[in-house]
Amino acid sequence: MFDKDLRSMIDDVKGGRMDRRAFVKRMIAVGLTAPMANQILAIGGVAMAQSPNPYKPTKRGGGGPLKLLWWQGPTLLNPHFATGTKDQDGSRLFYEPLASWDVDGHLNPILAAEIPSIKNGGLSADAKSVTWKLKPGVKWHDGKPFTADDVVFNWEYATDPATAAVSSGTYADMTVEKVDDLTVRINFKKPTPFWANAFVGAYGCIIPKHLFVEYKGGKSREAPNNLKPVGTGPYKFVEFKPGDLVRGEINPDYHMPNRPYFDTVEMKGGGDAVSAARAVIQTGEYDFAWNIQVEDEVLLRLEKGGKGKTLYAVGGDIEFIAINFTDPNVEVDGERSSMKTKHPILSDPAVRKALAMLVDRESVKKVIYGRAGRTTANYLNGPEEFVSKNTKWEFNIEKASQLLEQAGWKAGSDGIREKDGKRLKLLYQTSINGPRQKTQAIVKQACQKAGIDVELKSVVASVFFSSDVANPDTYSKFYADIEMFQIPMTQPDPALHMRRYLSRNVATKENKWQGQNFPRWVNKDYDAAIDAADTETDPIKRADLYIKCNDLLWQNTVVIPVMHRLAVEACSNTLRPALSGWANQTDNLQDWYREA
Amino acid sequence: MSQYILRRLMIAIPSLLGISFVLFIVLALAPGDPFSELATNPNVPPEVQAALRAKFGLDDPIYLRYLHWLSAMAHGDWGFSFVSRVDVDTLILQRLPATLYVIGSAQILALLIAIPVGVYAATRPYSLFDSLANTFAFIGFSLPTFFTGILFILIFSVKLDWLPFVYSDVPGTGIPWLLETIRQAIMPVMVLGLFQAASMTRFVRSAMLDVIRLDYVTTARAKGLGQAKVIIKHVMRNAMIPVVTLIALQMPAVFGGAIVTEQIFRIPGIGSLLISSILANDTPVVMAVTFVFACLVVLFNLIADVLYGWLDPRISFR
Repeated sequence: MFDKDLRSMIDDVKGGRMDRRAFVKRMIAVGLTAPMANQILAIGGVAMAQSPNPYKPTKRGGGGPLKLLWWQGPTLLNPHFATGTKDQDGSRLFYEPLASWDVDGHLNPILAAEIPSIKNGGLSADAKSVTWKLKPGVKWHDGKPFTADDVVFNWEYATDPATAAVSSGTYADMTVEKVDDLTVRINFKKPTPFWANAFVGAYGCIIPKHLFVEYKGGKSREAPNNLKPVGTGPYKFVEFKPGDLVRGEINPDYHMPNRPYFDTVEMKGGGDAVSAARAVIQTGEYDFAWNIQVEDEVLLRLEKGGKGKTLYAVGGDIEFIAINFTDPNVEVDGERSSMKTKHPILSDPAVRKALAMLVDRESVKKVIYGRAGRTTANYLNGPEEFVSKNTKWEFNIEKASQLLEQAGWKAGSDGIREKDGKRLKLLYQTSINGPRQKTQAIVKQACQKAGIDVELKSVVASVFFSSDVANPDTYSKFYADIEMFQIPMTQPDPALHMRRYLSRNVATKENKWQGQNFPRWVNKDYDAAIDAADTETDPIKRADLYIKCNDLLWQNTVVIPVMHRLAVEACSNTLRPALSGWANQTDNLQDWYREA
Repeated sequence: MSQYILRRLMIAIPSLLGISFVLFIVLALAPGDPFSELATNPNVPPEVQAALRAKFGLDDPIYLRYLHWLSAMAHGDWGFSFVSRVDVDTLILQRLPATLYVIGSAQILALLIAIPVGVYAATRPYSLFDSLANTFAFIGFSLPTFFTGILFILIFSVKLDWLPFVYSDVPGTGIPWLLETIRQAIMPVMVLGLFQAASMTRFVRSAMLDVIRLDYVTTARAKGLGQAKVIIKHVMRNAMIPVVTLIALQMPAVFGGAIVTEQIFRIPGIGSLLISSILANDTPVVMAVTFVFACLVVLFNLIADVLYGWLDPRISFR
């Protein structure tokens, strides 16, 4: 698809000469997903389509109870404090954003009257402001009207440093102003091509000003409504026990027709993923269980003659092996893996390339991930138009050996290769997690055959992923040669996901290892491409920049992608949930219903 | 006697202080922090994480944090959970009813089985009944609860579909509510109760056998007292002293919950609160729960000592 063709097509749609559906179809045919096709249209000045609605019930309520099993139950119900998806999911039962990503990845209005576009005046041509029109007549659960003041307040609340809201990053680089009671405008400090972040999705949930205005800043913890949400959502709050139970009942005044379908909702927490899958798939005690990261053979066994099945949502989560470009074994100024060092073995590109060739993705998929994984050579796996077609992985022990041989790594007496007195020995760390240890074993075996000695290390997840400065075993300190884990892609735009490997984001002692570039890879081309993409308003050029970044990561073997992971959910046979790989599981709860 | 109790309570204070200090140090030195989930989320700027750490005092030196905790505790302020930002006492009170109900019922079930079976087995040592009781007791306490729990789930929930295996608050009132509340507790109570009963039966039996051979029992029999009267009035009363110790020392466990069983059946009790707080590095909750636990151990030791005197007047309070 070339720039010029696309532009003329967009003009065709604008001028009514082409059906927007046909446009989306043609875009999909050339490898773009519907969300991107729609983003392109939106930026090109065409209003976004509302996806065809599969929702069938013709009246509100009457669906009985909806029983959800979250094996890690929500621990708090304020979306601005939500530290993990479990908390976002729990608060999303009651609170709503202006819009959310629906099943097909379209932006779907929730509290907004319409999705901003250039045509309706919502988007400015310079990508520096967004104007949202709010749906009239929406009421908070306590009967007070929902207005533009509430929206502006949420921005003030989140950006107040004393509140220490985890959503502050979402709202940082903008100002939000009230135009009239039902209109707000977001002004960005610089051109922002991905404008659908603030007030959209999980971090976009809006809390009522009249109940939280007294509890902004330092007093944020004391708000009584942190525990008793009063939102605009399909369900009204009934009961909350942190970590154990959230219960809601139908909101008779809900602002969408015929919704919601269920009379009550219960979200039960605790236990583990396997037994959660069992309670849904095998015994049918619950309707839906979240995040079933269980080995596929276990799920297949449960599904035999069961009352439920597994569902898969495609997002951009990536399980990968990262390579350390600095020396983890030498201490400089009290810091290991310091930027002043170079990795003695891995700075040799041949070793990195060989390593990438020794990861048997097909076996990892077959033995471990099954239906929940897709093999990939890309770090960036979605949305489709950002996915590179220039990369190709291969598993080839012989070729890897040859590569090492040519680079001067000769096998010693014990079969382990050496060069200039350096043995080809690597420390491979990851978090403790069944599938990860199995992957480690598979990689180690192949490496051994190619003459690389691999020592495995596994660290408790709560330590590995912690920000504890005192602990040497965190992933960001990276005191190992290679390490493996998953990075979730939290929104259908690669900006945040790719910004990680910027040179200025290197994790060091100086920034208390808070920098997200833990491979400590420095590349000017990459930095330039990311910076250009940040303000590039042309969607095609922007996608090209991110593809270039992905290819740089692959060509330089900064990370070795192992598996593109899908979200796995367990669902009863009768339930019709509305799931999207680009949204949290409860983001479209108003559209869930049951079919006999 | 009240003086004795008072004295014991006074001794308890320094030991509780010591316990709290050790607990605090261990928790403070343990790796990990409550905001680890934020670390991998690119949406959350590092400043927020740093601000949260500072706000919750995680960057202060340990002794300062301990003193702060101690003075707050002395004022009845238990602190708040870093993870849910709810006051710790609210959290514990929320979890207590389920724990007391399930673990308490299991304890009662265990006693109801252990005392009659143990006593009866002791009166007829090496009889068929005794051998059977012993065999079952051995099997009972060799099988861990995580094994029997899953076995029960597979049999009664998956195969037979009789009982639910997720324990949850039942909405509603009246008889149906009561029946459902009982129904969902059956499996965890059985799993725990049978496990407890097994070891307790052995204990009751051996305590009874120790006493049953003493001279005063023979004397009572020689005086022509009936078998039932000898056993119940003369033997049991004395044999109960070690049993009371055992039960008293197990009482804190009733309040502390059964971590494994609560986890398997998703019972929202103290045990599952403790384990999830440990996993989340939620120090204030772990600290409070373990400290309450320590207090209960001290308290029930005292109660056991008082009961000894009532059971055997030869033991005096001094």
